[in-house]
Amino acid sequence: MREITYRQALNEALAEELERDPNVFLMGEEVAEYQGAYKVSQGLLERFGPTRIIDTPISENGFAGLGVGAAMVGLRPIIEFMTFSFSLVAFDQVVNNAPNMFMMSGGQFNVPITFRGPNGPAHQLGATHSHATENLYASVPGLKVCTPATPRDAKGLLKTAVRDDNPVLVLEAELLYSSKGMVEPPDEELLIPLGKAEVKREGSDVSIICYAQTVPLALTVAAQLEDEDISAEVVDLRSIKPLDEEAIFNSVSKTHRVVIVEQDRAFCGVGAEICYRIQKNIFDELDAPVSRVSQEDVPVPYNEKLEKFVLPNADKLIAAVKQVCYA
Amino acid sequence: MQRAEQRDEVEMLAMMLLIRRFEERASQQYQARKIGGFCHLYIGQEAVVVGAVAAVRNDDYIITAYRDHGHALARGTSADACMAELFGKETGCSRGLGGSMHFFDKQNHMYGGHAIVGAHVPLAAGMAFASKYRGEDRVTLCFFGDGAINQGSFHEALNLIALYKLPIVLICENNLFAMGTSVKRSTSLKQIVDRADGYDIPGEIVDGMNFREVRDKLAEVVGSIRKDPHPAFVEIRTYRYRGHSMSDPASYRTKDELEKYRLDDPIIRLRAQLTREGKLTNEQFDAIDKKAKETVLASVKFAEKSGELPVEQLYEYGCYNGSKQ
Repeated sequence: MREITYRQALNEALAEELERDPNVFLMGEEVAEYQGAYKVSQGLLERFGPTRIIDTPISENGFAGLGVGAAMVGLRPIIEFMTFSFSLVAFDQVVNNAPNMFMMSGGQFNVPITFRGPNGPAHQLGATHSHATENLYASVPGLKVCTPATPRDAKGLLKTAVRDDNPVLVLEAELLYSSKGMVEPPDEELLIPLGKAEVKREGSDVSIICYAQTVPLALTVAAQLEDEDISAEVVDLRSIKPLDEEAIFNSVSKTHRVVIVEQDRAFCGVGAEICYRIQKNIFDELDAPVSRVSQEDVPVPYNEKLEKFVLPNADKLIAAVKQVCYA
Repeated sequence: MQRAEQRDEVEMLAMMLLIRRFEERASQQYQARKIGGFCHLYIGQEAVVVGAVAAVRNDDYIITAYRDHGHALARGTSADACMAELFGKETGCSRGLGGSMHFFDKQNHMYGGHAIVGAHVPLAAGMAFASKYRGEDRVTLCFFGDGAINQGSFHEALNLIALYKLPIVLICENNLFAMGTSVKRSTSLKQIVDRADGYDIPGEIVDGMNFREVRDKLAEVVGSIRKDPHPAFVEIRTYRYRGHSMSDPASYRTKDELEKYRLDDPIIRLRAQLTREGKLTNEQFDAIDKKAKETVLASVKFAEKSGELPVEQLYEYGCYNGSKQ
């Protein structure tokens, strides 16, 4: 194992999959000559050439659809959105074409495509550039959605996504590109299955269910709570769909108390689905009502203080944990 | 490879008749409530797709919008599979899961049947991109209606297609109406082909009621693309005899206008050409028509007796290797 950044981990995943399979290509805005808006594709143009690392004009709907068409005839496109906030311009292709093709064609055309890029509120980008899209896409049948929070998960999930025979969205955490973590050396194949959560920290009093940018938040809060004699277990979903129910139920059956800290909004958000499944399946395990920390139900404001208030933060998470622990 | 001029014109006439008779029967079955959802008929436009298919190889890619029955039939999908799809049966070309607007036939390189106007033009770009990526000399034929040319996805795709020099023929089937809105009321241009100018794509206008003109122009364009990958735009002027869909009486146009086009019917025209040249007798034509009617009638029987996909198998079609999540 060695320590690398989230950005490097994604770059390694792309390079390894491009190397492994000539049908894989990377397409998006500024992915080639500019080396990626977030430098995730650094060096790939030089290594793989302009046939496989392809710059596009600003035409998300056009190039997302181009990817779907190429996938229908057997290529394995990786389509980068500069941010998933811009994927909304391509919503029709991601929602109406990619996941519907297999059903509509009676199973004749699967679409092995990866849509990837940063997702979730970053820092003072204003409402149009701060979308957390996971609940929008996870509600669409036929789409798989993963949300890596660590360099290791980023590499392993992206490689798995590229090899999946269906459309997969890899929602990268915009604020975590420079974060570091231990990852297997490049000569060891690292594939992390979709739909498998990971307990990032063991605990016995309360389960904090989190993903993407809320994972480091949950880990920080869990460390603080230790000082107050609250032992929090941190469950990183890693994939939103498929959802690892078993991991959630196992943790909740151990701690009997749950806080879900999600990147998106509460209304029809990821947490709503998890909450439903917990009460439906393991109601008797609960010692307190399930609690959620989500974005406030307003467009994300630019003002720094107000933005902090809108997004899930440590204060809100600590308060929610104490509430379910009756502490 | 089968070259365009080698395709027998009598066979092509038979295909146009098959499409005509199929659509007439579909209309009747729709009214008898055997067919659900929306149903858009291709009657009047037969020479467009049959002419185009006559100009390409069997392994060239074909993709179209929702008025797609003719495209599947012309590509070689059986009338049985097409009618069964309309009936929602498992033996349909999309196993009864796509319906009228989503005909697919991978074996015959028919890539749909797409029902969001303009949204398949980027897909066509991707298919052509894949051909070029692999160094194949396949050409993609992308059909769309006059209604698609004002959609954003169309414009984004055309720019990408021109930018990457993709091997594709963009075929606008201009039947003068996007649903009930005439081109004059929807489009700022005097002629649709001028859309291609904005992207430096060469464009041509073709008479879509004339099978030979469609075939010959397409053969020329496709031949040039095969030698050196590039896009081309063809505006094919045609006319649909029926309303936009089964529920549309088409009261936005006059009987005189319809009659004018009926007199220029593509089937009558090709029949007259072949008869004049001594390649077709009246008896032969009647026999072809009789066969088309029989084939279509048999397809209704086939669709009626076919089964439906069992509910237990539904989730297998949710995604590839799918299961309930």
